[in-house]
Amino acid sequence: MTRTPQSNLFGRSFWRIDGDIAGILLLAALLVIVLPLGLDIFRLNMVGKYLTYAFVALGLVLCWGSAGILSLGQGIFFGIGGYCMAMFLKLEASSPEATKIQSTPGIPDFMDWNQLKALPWFWEPFHSLSFSIVAVVAVPALLAFIVGLAMFKRRVGGVYFAIITQAFAAILTILIVGQQGYTGGINGITDLRTLKGWDIRTDDAKLVLYFVNAALLIGCLLLCLYVRRSKLGRILVALRDKEDRVRFSGYDVANFKIFVFCFAAALSAVGGAMFTLQVGFMSPSFVGIVPSIEMVIYCAVGGRLSLLGAVYGTLLVNWAKTMLSESFPELWLFAMGALFIGVVMVFPNGLAGLYQQFIAPHLRRLTARRSGGAAAGAPIIPPHTAAD
Amino acid sequence: MFEGYSLAELGSIFAMQGFAGLILFSVFVLMALGLAIIFGQMGVINMAHGEFMILGAYVTYLCSNFISSYAPALFPAYFFIAMALAFVASGALGMLVEWGMIRFLYRRPLDTLLATWGLSLILQQVFRSVFGAREVGVVLPDWLMGSVAVTDTIEVPINGLFVMGLTIAITVVIYAVMFRSRWGQGVRAVMQNRVMAGAVGINTEKVDRYTFGLGCGIAGVAGSAFTMVGSTGPTSGQLYIVDTFLVVVFGGAQSLIGTIASAFTISQAQSTMEFFLSGSTAKVLTLLTVVVILMLRPQGLFVLKVRR
Repeated sequence: MTRTPQSNLFGRSFWRIDGDIAGILLLAALLVIVLPLGLDIFRLNMVGKYLTYAFVALGLVLCWGSAGILSLGQGIFFGIGGYCMAMFLKLEASSPEATKIQSTPGIPDFMDWNQLKALPWFWEPFHSLSFSIVAVVAVPALLAFIVGLAMFKRRVGGVYFAIITQAFAAILTILIVGQQGYTGGINGITDLRTLKGWDIRTDDAKLVLYFVNAALLIGCLLLCLYVRRSKLGRILVALRDKEDRVRFSGYDVANFKIFVFCFAAALSAVGGAMFTLQVGFMSPSFVGIVPSIEMVIYCAVGGRLSLLGAVYGTLLVNWAKTMLSESFPELWLFAMGALFIGVVMVFPNGLAGLYQQFIAPHLRRLTARRSGGAAAGAPIIPPHTAAD
Repeated sequence: MFEGYSLAELGSIFAMQGFAGLILFSVFVLMALGLAIIFGQMGVINMAHGEFMILGAYVTYLCSNFISSYAPALFPAYFFIAMALAFVASGALGMLVEWGMIRFLYRRPLDTLLATWGLSLILQQVFRSVFGAREVGVVLPDWLMGSVAVTDTIEVPINGLFVMGLTIAITVVIYAVMFRSRWGQGVRAVMQNRVMAGAVGINTEKVDRYTFGLGCGIAGVAGSAFTMVGSTGPTSGQLYIVDTFLVVVFGGAQSLIGTIASAFTISQAQSTMEFFLSGSTAKVLTLLTVVVILMLRPQGLFVLKVRR
């Protein structure tokens, strides 16, 4: 399906140290060295939480920025990923010894409160960590595959796709809230304690999880960069700009769309699972319509065409959200609304666009002078930003 | 699910739930009509549509308070004044929004969606700052209180009847405006072929602005009617927006008849199931059915054939 030519498969063009790779190295340095040194564990954990949304934003850059498919249901996948992880942790936290005061020991507390007598069948496999980790990626990807197959094969796209994904987000939220005995209802799955006996609530564990999260994010960033630079990435851009021409050239457009939608879903789910691990609970408030569309703004603020921009955008918006809601809770919705409008009307390419427009030319001049003009011929602007 | 009810009781239950469904249907239709004009005819996704509706509801609330304290003689008829004011307020705001925002985004429907979502957040916070986070309700005049007993077991609330009558009246007016007036002809011409409409002398920008204003104005009237059957809070609009979009898409975006038919189907299915299953399950089943049908038939129930 991907038709990736060998020459691009982690070939020379991928490893070339250029603007993108340098940017990723810089981001890695910021995440792994600067932030842990500069912030206390509480704030660092908070940054870790923000970074889990960056996975969603990365998926959206590919799905929306590259391929032009706006999904307003990324919260679904974030949530499912998070819930898969939370189910494993919850089962570990509700061992028969820990829950012997319940009328049915050995099942999660909220099930006991809802008069359930036995563990539901779909909870059973989540006793296994390896199954849970596979499920984190596989379940959302499968769901995305089904939705994508049904929609893209019938050439549903654009705003219709956006509205239907939004409806799915609504359905899943109502389902989770309504089926309290099976899902923990509106409170979600709370009181998660250990991962294979390792207490995830201590500061040390939070620090370790932060680094795991940062490493995963950098890994996903590289993976996304690879997808974008492959022939697949080019086809995605092509089908965003002129879908019919790609179809007439003999490509099955739907397959590419399904792939990128599943890929974005899997990325979001990884973010969701890391969210559960770092924050210690999962609830339907991260699944619904409002959080899903909020995740789109992270990507839009960073620049819908830029992978790095999406990470910075996520960090910036969430940081602003925390700051504003701590001191001026009333202002937050105004700021958020203004962001939505501003990002669409005034700077559609987000932070990355501003960087390309105002900072990159100066940097280029600087580096060109230092290396005696030798670097001037090197392609510093990546093709995707030049294309827009 | 039907055990323990006699046939007569089942009949009454279906009738009562059917009536509750009709009230929901009225609210859906009123909201969806405005949306069908904006989305179906203009292709603009207005996520702030719910907030335009809530604006109408708050205007009605203010109007009811104002009239009951300053002109109590007018109170029995305040609702009609409120409705007109709600139409004007929402319509004017809609035209302002079209002028300031939407007209730059006609070629980018996905971006319109995001921008109007931002607008909806701002409006919500404005409502919260002005009216408070608590839900407000209006006092109904005496003649709208109570209910009519049709048989021993079936009772029909009067305010529900009134809302339904109102819905029918508004639908007829919209139909007349869109399909029987010269102005409506202009609107349809612009939506079908903008360049050609411009070429024959229709001021397309003006038509856009008034169409958007009309859609928002109808949302305001919907909000006004909504106060009679439910209370209004800053985020009430958001609760209905996705449902309403589904109604419009399900009906076939360009067809007003389709919108009404799908609003009827969805509201009846939901309220009938609500009695036998829990509310959330009923809603999930309804939405899921709609989404699955949309996947099988993406163009919606009724399709208007237009040559592009």
